[in-house]
Amino acid sequence: MTGAPPSRGYLDAGGHAPVHPMAREAFLAAWSEGWADPRRLHSEGRRARLLLDGARESVAGSLGARPQEVFFAPSHTQALHHAVLGIAAGRRRAGARVTVSAVERAAVLNAGRLATEGAPGGTLDVVPVDRHGRVDVEAMSGALSRPGCALAALQHANGEVGTLQPVAPVHEAARAAGVPLLVDAGASVGHVDVGQHWDALAADAGDWGGPPDLAVLAVRPRVRWLPAWPEDDAEGGWFPGGVSVPAALAAAASLAAVLRDREQASARRRRLVDVVRRRVGAEVDDVEVVGDPVARLPHVVTFSCLYVDGEAVVGELDRRGFSVGSGSACTSATLEPSHVLRAMGVLTQGNIRVVLPMVVDEETVVRFCDAVPDAVRQVRAALGVEDL
Amino acid sequence: MTEPLVVDARGQRCPLPVIALARRAKGLAAGTVLVLLATDPAARQDVAAWARLRGHELVSSELVNSRQVSGQHVSTGAGDPDLWRLTVCVGSAASPSPAASS
Repeated sequence: MTGAPPSRGYLDAGGHAPVHPMAREAFLAAWSEGWADPRRLHSEGRRARLLLDGARESVAGSLGARPQEVFFAPSHTQALHHAVLGIAAGRRRAGARVTVSAVERAAVLNAGRLATEGAPGGTLDVVPVDRHGRVDVEAMSGALSRPGCALAALQHANGEVGTLQPVAPVHEAARAAGVPLLVDAGASVGHVDVGQHWDALAADAGDWGGPPDLAVLAVRPRVRWLPAWPEDDAEGGWFPGGVSVPAALAAAASLAAVLRDREQASARRRRLVDVVRRRVGAEVDDVEVVGDPVARLPHVVTFSCLYVDGEAVVGELDRRGFSVGSGSACTSATLEPSHVLRAMGVLTQGNIRVVLPMVVDEETVVRFCDAVPDAVRQVRAALGVEDL
Repeated sequence: MTEPLVVDARGQRCPLPVIALARRAKGLAAGTVLVLLATDPAARQDVAAWARLRGHELVSSELVNSRQVSGQHVSTGAGDPDLWRLTVCVGSAASPSPAASS
């Protein structure tokens, strides 16, 4: 597996980044050595256990956490589901409210709904965001300080539009209110410093070039929680059945490698994203470039084009050799536009999401900027809307 | 005031309702009032963005029950769809909004 041929520009790296060479190397080595069940007491089992413990220590070091705070999950979705359900269950005595921003991942919103629906006093408080997709500190702090709040969730940054969230002041408010804060850092870890403003933190190995079927949930020991699923002792009880040892090793090794180059890679991608923002805004008619222009992830840029469907633009760009994502209604299974774009109140049609991988040449991004105006023009011509 | 011009885009999917509205708005004098009827869940927001980009004004957006307006059931396959009644006042056409990309 070497990914896409070099002539193609893979610009849809969110959650599914091209495999980092260190991830592949560590995976294969760990698969040869650590294929046994790490819970067995024999030599092979102990060898797998040692590798898993090593991966845990490495990830803990990368996140600034302690090894006993780090648990491996089989997917980012499950990490978020179990964080929300487990903490909500453990804090049932405090109440059954869950406070979230309107632009959290669907996994957080859906788990929040499940945790509160039917519970006495259960309410999912959804805090709105501004045009850039940022939650207001006062509004979020006010909502999570209301009596009966079991858990608050605020992402570190939005993976669809790139906007950074004010996690530090919200975490302060949450601490003052005695409410644990879950920070979904799935789009941030490996790209920006996520800091220590969290009580529970979720990270996605697929997003930094590790295996896509591995995620991390870090939980401070002070956070009360209870399994809202059948008991099992794997991963501290958080993730029944545990995870693949080679995948955990691959995630740990690639994260360490990515963090070594992070500042340089981020500065480089930030410059390239600035080029996309500027050129698309100037060269495409009737376009909205969305997300915060400054306080944002270095590698994500999103824009929406009037009078076209996102699916058609994605297809047209694919034909021209570029892979991008979209939050438009016609590109989702539900035929509803992305809840993030809706919460922001921006144009949802003709939406294109660009997430630059760690390694991307400037020439690819320039070629992409050259291709977009014509691709959009072509789709508009097919719909007969050029003169509107 | 005269009766507003009505564009019926019920049952049409994004981006067609906005296209239908833009077609009807083309060449109309500034101040003309247009009403779009749409069941597409993206229509309200996309009409607001269209107005912002094109210098028109979204005067009101109301969620109305489909039965009250049409007298018949409008179905897009997922139960009773929301029906939006979006009222737009045409701006001076040749002046795209300077705040388009802010």
